[in-house]
Amino acid sequence: MLTYLVRRLLAAIVLLFIVSAVVFVIFFLVPRIGGATADDLASRYVGKSAGQAQIHAQAVRLGFTDPIWVQYGRFVKGVLTGADYDTGAGIDHCPAPCLGYSFITQNPVLPDLLDRLPVTAILAAGAAFLWLVGGVATGVISALWRGSFLDRGLMGVALAGVSLPIFFTGLLSLTIFSYGLKWTYAGGASPMDATSPLDLVHRMLLPWITLAFLYAAAYARLTRAGMLETMNEDYIRTARAKGLKERDVIVKHGLRSALTPILTIFGLDLGLLLGGAVLTETTFSLQGIGFYAVQAINNNDLPKVLGVTLFGAVFVIFASLIVDLLYAVLDPRVRVS
Amino acid sequence: MSQSTEETTTATSRRGAKGAESVNTLDGIGGLGAPPPDAFLSVRDLRVHFPTDDGVVKSVDGLSFDVARGKTLGIVGESGSGKSVTSMSVMGLHKPGTVNMTGSIRLDGTELVGASEDTVRELRGKRMAMIFQDPLSAMHPFYTVGHQIIEAYRIHNKVSTGVAKKHAIDMLGRVGIPEPSSRVDDYPHQFSGGMRQRAMIAMALSCDPELLIADEPTTALDVTVQAQILDLIRDLQSEFNSAVVLITHDLGVVAELSDDIMVMYAGRAVEYAATDDVFTTPQHPYTWGLLGSMPRLDRVRTERLRPIKGAPPSLINVPSGCPFHPRCAYADRTGGLSQSERPPFAEVLPRHYAACHLTPAERTEIWENEIRPTL
Repeated sequence: MLTYLVRRLLAAIVLLFIVSAVVFVIFFLVPRIGGATADDLASRYVGKSAGQAQIHAQAVRLGFTDPIWVQYGRFVKGVLTGADYDTGAGIDHCPAPCLGYSFITQNPVLPDLLDRLPVTAILAAGAAFLWLVGGVATGVISALWRGSFLDRGLMGVALAGVSLPIFFTGLLSLTIFSYGLKWTYAGGASPMDATSPLDLVHRMLLPWITLAFLYAAAYARLTRAGMLETMNEDYIRTARAKGLKERDVIVKHGLRSALTPILTIFGLDLGLLLGGAVLTETTFSLQGIGFYAVQAINNNDLPKVLGVTLFGAVFVIFASLIVDLLYAVLDPRVRVS
Repeated sequence: MSQSTEETTTATSRRGAKGAESVNTLDGIGGLGAPPPDAFLSVRDLRVHFPTDDGVVKSVDGLSFDVARGKTLGIVGESGSGKSVTSMSVMGLHKPGTVNMTGSIRLDGTELVGASEDTVRELRGKRMAMIFQDPLSAMHPFYTVGHQIIEAYRIHNKVSTGVAKKHAIDMLGRVGIPEPSSRVDDYPHQFSGGMRQRAMIAMALSCDPELLIADEPTTALDVTVQAQILDLIRDLQSEFNSAVVLITHDLGVVAELSDDIMVMYAGRAVEYAATDDVFTTPQHPYTWGLLGSMPRLDRVRTERLRPIKGAPPSLINVPSGCPFHPRCAYADRTGGLSQSERPPFAEVLPRHYAACHLTPAERTEIWENEIRPTL
C-alpha cells in the first residue's frame, strides 16, 4: 500500500513536469515557430509608445532572448528553489514553489492564485453538494420508475441540463431571479464578503444551482444507468430472497454498487473544478481561479496562464490519486490486487 | 422412502381419486387432487404469464406439485421449461406488475398467490429460503460473507450484531468452511467456488427455513465439488428436516438427492413420480429423451449419447396438442391426437403421473424394447 502510494506520487510529479513542459511549449515556443521574434513577444509587455530599444531591453529582462530550454529550466528551477525577479524597480524574491511573475502586474502568480482559491472552492463545494444529492436522487427515482412519465420528464430535464451551456442557463437565471424578481445579487457578489452563512447562501445560490444543474444532469443519467444495471444483478435477487425490505434492497445493495463508479467521477470533477470554474465564475463575476485564467489569457500574461494550468493540473492529478485510493476502500475486489 | 410408504399410500389414493376428476375439469392439466395432509408446500394449477410486446409468455402453465417436510422434490427440464420461474414464483420474487400469476401456492397452509408483498416478504428467508445457481454473482461483492449472513439472520431475528456474528460463524462451520471465525470477514471473491456455494447455503439456512429451494445449486461448480455440495444439502436437510425443492437440468443430480421427480416441459409437468419409478418405468417420451442424453459412468456404453432433437418451443406460441409433439419420435403413433389435443396429466400408474397420448401398452413396449436396451 505504501509503495503504491509512493509510486503514484512519483508518477504525479513526472506528470506535472510533462504538463508544465507542454504548456511552456505552447505559450513560449509556438509563437517563435510561427515567426515571432523575442522582441515581438516582449512588445506586448511595454507601453504603446515604447521604442525598439525599450522593447529589446524588456525582451532581455523577461528572458525571451535566451534559448527555450534555458527559459524552461529557469521556470522549473523557480518552482523547485524559488527565484529572484528584476521588477524594474528592484529585485523581488519569489520563494519556492515559484510559479513565476506576472509580466503585466509584476505580482508573483502563486499568491494571486491562493487568494482566489477560496472563492472557487466555495463555488465548487456548494455546487458539488447540490449536484451529487440532486443528481443521484433523480437518477434513482428515474431508475425505479423506469419508463414512467416521471422518468421521462426527469430525463428530459437532464437532457436539457447537459445540453444547455452555463453562459445560457446562468444568464437566464440572472435575468429572471436577479434582475427580474430581485431575489438575489446581480452577480459579482463575492462569497468572501458574506456576513453570515445565510448571506453566503444568498450570494452563492444562483451560481451554485447553475453549475450544479449541468453536473446534476450528467450524474442523474449515470446514476439511472447504474441503478438499472445493478438492480438486475443476481445479488439484488438474493437480498430480496432474504426477506430484506425493498428500501434496504435499493439503498444498501443497489445504490451501494451503483454509487461506486459515480463517486470516482465525482472526485475527478471536483478536482477539475478547483482549477477554476471558468464559465460560471465569468458569468457571475466571481473572482475565482477561472476568472483569473480568463483575464490572464485575454492579457497574454504567459506566467499567469502557465501558473493557472499547473495549479489546475495539481488538483486533477491529486483528485485522481485520491479517487484511486477511495476506490480500493469502496470496492474490496480492488483491494487485494 | 420406506418409513413414509404408509403416509404416501393414503395420500396417493386420495390424489388418484380426485386426479381422475380433474382430468376433465382442469383442461387435463391439473392432474393432482387436494394436497396430502403432510404437504408443506403445495402448488395447484400454477400459471405464471408474462405479458410482453410480442405476446404473452406462458412460462408456467398449469403446474401442481407437493413437497413434505424432510422430503426432496427434484424438478427437471431443459432451459426455458419454467423451472426457475416456478421457484421465483414460490419465493414471490417476480417484479410486481410484470407478471400474471394465478392458481395456488400454499406454504404450510398460507396462500401466497395474491398475498400482500409484506406477507410474502416475512416468509422469505425465514420459512423459505433459496440457493442460487452462481454463488459469485448471487453474493454482494462489496460486503463480507459474514455481513451478508448476519444481515439475513437479523432481518428475522431481533438480536445484536455480535450475537448474529456468532451465529454466522456457527453456520459457516456447519456448512464445512474451515476456520469460520476468520473466514467470516472475507469477501465473496476471496472464497473458492465451492466455498462460496457453502457460504450461500449457510446464508439460506441461517433462519432455519422449513422450505429450501435450490436452483441449479451445482451447475457453476466443478464436478468434484458438486458431489460435496449435494452431500451437504442432504445432510443439512436431515438435520433441519426441511422440505427441499431441487431444480436442475441434470438427472444425475436428482437421482442422488430426490424422493420425487417432476419433469417439466414448456411450462407444464409431463411426468411426476417417485424417483425410483421415474428411472425404472418412465412414462413420457421426453423423460426417455432426458435419460438417453444422460452420461452414465456405471456401465460401458456402446452408443453415443443421443440428444433430444430440436429446441424447446417458444412459450408465446406453444405447439398445439402435446407441446412436445414436434420433437417426439412417437407422436405419429397416436393417430393425430398428439397434434390436436393436449394430453391429460393423469395417474397412469399408482402415484405416477404423466401427460402422454400413447397407451400404457405402447409406452411399456417402447420403453422395454426401444429405449431401455440402449441406455
